[in-house]
Amino acid sequence: MSRIATCFAHLKQQNKKALIPFFTAGDPTPSKTVPLMHAMVTAGADIIELGVPFSDPMADGPTIQRSSERALENHVGLKDILGMVQQFRQDNKTTPVVLMGYANPIEAMGYEKFAQQAQAAGVDGVLTVDYPPEECTDFLECLAQHNLDPIFLLAPTTVDARIAAVARAARGFVYYVSLKGVTGSANLDLRAVQTRLSELRRHIQLPIGVGFGIRDGAMAKAMAEFSDAVVIGSRIVQEIENASPETVVARVETLVKSIRTAMDS
Amino acid sequence: MQVYDLPDPRGYFGPYGGVFVAETLMQALEELKLAYEHYRFDPEFQAEFTYDLKHYVGRASPVYYAKRWSEQLGGARIYLKREDLNHTGAHKINNTIGQALLAKRMGKKRVIAETGAGQHGVASATVAARMGMECVVYMGSEDVKRQSPNVFRMKMLGATVVPVESGSKTLKDALNEAMRDWVTNVDSTFYIIGTVAGPHPYPMMVRDFQSVIGHEALAQMPALTGRQPDAIIACVGGGSNAMGIFYPYLGLQDVRLIGVEAAGLGLASGKHAAPLNAGTPGVLHGNRTYLMQDENGQIIETHSISAGLDYPGVGPEHAWLKDSGRAEYVAVTDQEALEAFHDLCRFEGIIPALESSHALAHAAKIAPTMHRDQILLVNLSGRGDKDINTVAALSGITL
Ligand SMILES: Cc1ncc(COP(=O)(O)O)c(C=O)c1O
Repeated sequence: MSRIATCFAHLKQQNKKALIPFFTAGDPTPSKTVPLMHAMVTAGADIIELGVPFSDPMADGPTIQRSSERALENHVGLKDILGMVQQFRQDNKTTPVVLMGYANPIEAMGYEKFAQQAQAAGVDGVLTVDYPPEECTDFLECLAQHNLDPIFLLAPTTVDARIAAVARAARGFVYYVSLKGVTGSANLDLRAVQTRLSELRRHIQLPIGVGFGIRDGAMAKAMAEFSDAVVIGSRIVQEIENASPETVVARVETLVKSIRTAMDS
Repeated sequence: MQVYDLPDPRGYFGPYGGVFVAETLMQALEELKLAYEHYRFDPEFQAEFTYDLKHYVGRASPVYYAKRWSEQLGGARIYLKREDLNHTGAHKINNTIGQALLAKRMGKKRVIAETGAGQHGVASATVAARMGMECVVYMGSEDVKRQSPNVFRMKMLGATVVPVESGSKTLKDALNEAMRDWVTNVDSTFYIIGTVAGPHPYPMMVRDFQSVIGHEALAQMPALTGRQPDAIIACVGGGSNAMGIFYPYLGLQDVRLIGVEAAGLGLASGKHAAPLNAGTPGVLHGNRTYLMQDENGQIIETHSISAGLDYPGVGPEHAWLKDSGRAEYVAVTDQEALEAFHDLCRFEGIIPALESSHALAHAAKIAPTMHRDQILLVNLSGRGDKDINTVAALSGITL
């Protein structure tokens, strides 16, 4: 069983929901990435979503855009990030790591080379924002050969026919984008998400995570009532942005812990 | 001969094109595709489009023999397709009329656009004013500075101009920001993309709307010169004016099609905007095409004297025409474009856009190597009034 499947099975036994923090690799500096990952696990993260910075993050709001820019100023590329995951794996063999980013850095590396090196590094899943399933058949084959789970997004605008198609291509879990907008938006409608998730469950057997616009423990707890996982991105990136290099790891750990506590209460 | 019927139903021109967008936009693009497929061959839609092009834009645009300039250069005779004479001063209006008619039929009350030189922004603001739609234009803050006359025009036309401060603060960043707006307001908003790039169906749709340029030329050239030209030359930013004039000529194998990219400070300097000459394939802004990128797949900053060519990608159909060999792509430096700009002013009394000056500069390069009986047709995609600040500054003059 894959690390992601094992993780969700384990949580189910404990009657808990997954907490998935997101941050951009290389932000604030490359040397903080692995310590931040470990700190998140210590604080109660179940899966880590590691952002791969891109020069043109079209689906991201200002907070994650700025984190991408900081990471790129530090010259962090996909290859470096695979190295960071490998380093993380030396001390952590169980927490799944999902890479989240855009298609072009993967295109530049080449599908086969990427999939092979990601597997070797200990990556578990790959979410590529601008690869809808229709456009990445060859890539999906490479991922499958290397036991990497393709994570796909579903949106408020996704129609039934597409939900089924996405469900067929997806492995690991499915990521429901809780609002129409970019990451970090603030117009989240809890009831609408709840209704939508019950519709999605008719087509989807995999666990469903919810993300975009979840900013605190209370919101995370509310979402966890009807989803299998909660993804928190911009709020964590904001904490990284506001911290100094000395305090960043501790501050992120405190934040993740407070969200975990709220979710489990 | 094989019939050219690209893109395929999934929006591909060979390996280029496609729909590489976040899930939230997939349904909006599907709806747009269906709407366009319906109206593309709808006689009433086409009649309204043709009527507007004639009575509002002022089409057909003339073809003009640049006799004095041709004789000065010696060699081939140079003809100019005068898109600069269109209402609002460039070819961009052909496309915005078409997309606005579609937006109206789709019941959208708000349009957004990205712009580099400001010509597409002005053309979008113009059609929005005419149809009583709200219009928001995203423009890199760098371009807001260098194309200030167009910023003022957009505001007079009632549009909101949003300066974009992220990334390189030019056209590509304006496009990113427009995409973010669209994701957020997808139900109410129609995104008018200004060139033959973006996800399917945009490259096809914009090409179709712009192909009025080539269709007119097909009839005008024989009437004027007794035959079709030996070569057609057009500048390539995203590639819409070039696709517009090339497309109807694709089947005429004897007519060379030459696209001119911006070589900026020179291809060797790295400071240019010439992905077809010096880039590699990748995925950006919804399609697979040639891009200017580094070894990590990050898009690199471009440079061109002309804001409208300052873009790291290019429409996927041009990528295909390059690979298939049907069209050739060359590049012209800032300096060469400026010389052509001044020459056209002095010899023909026409102030060309800096974008179009790139096509003119290539004509000036090859005309002397050709015979007097040979004919070049240059797409003069726009007029240069918007560029007077840039040109004045380069001559050390403050207006
Ligand atoms: C006059 C003019 N020509 C050309 C272009 C470049 O666009 P395209 O390559 O789509 O024709 C622009 C873009 O702003 C323009 O204003």
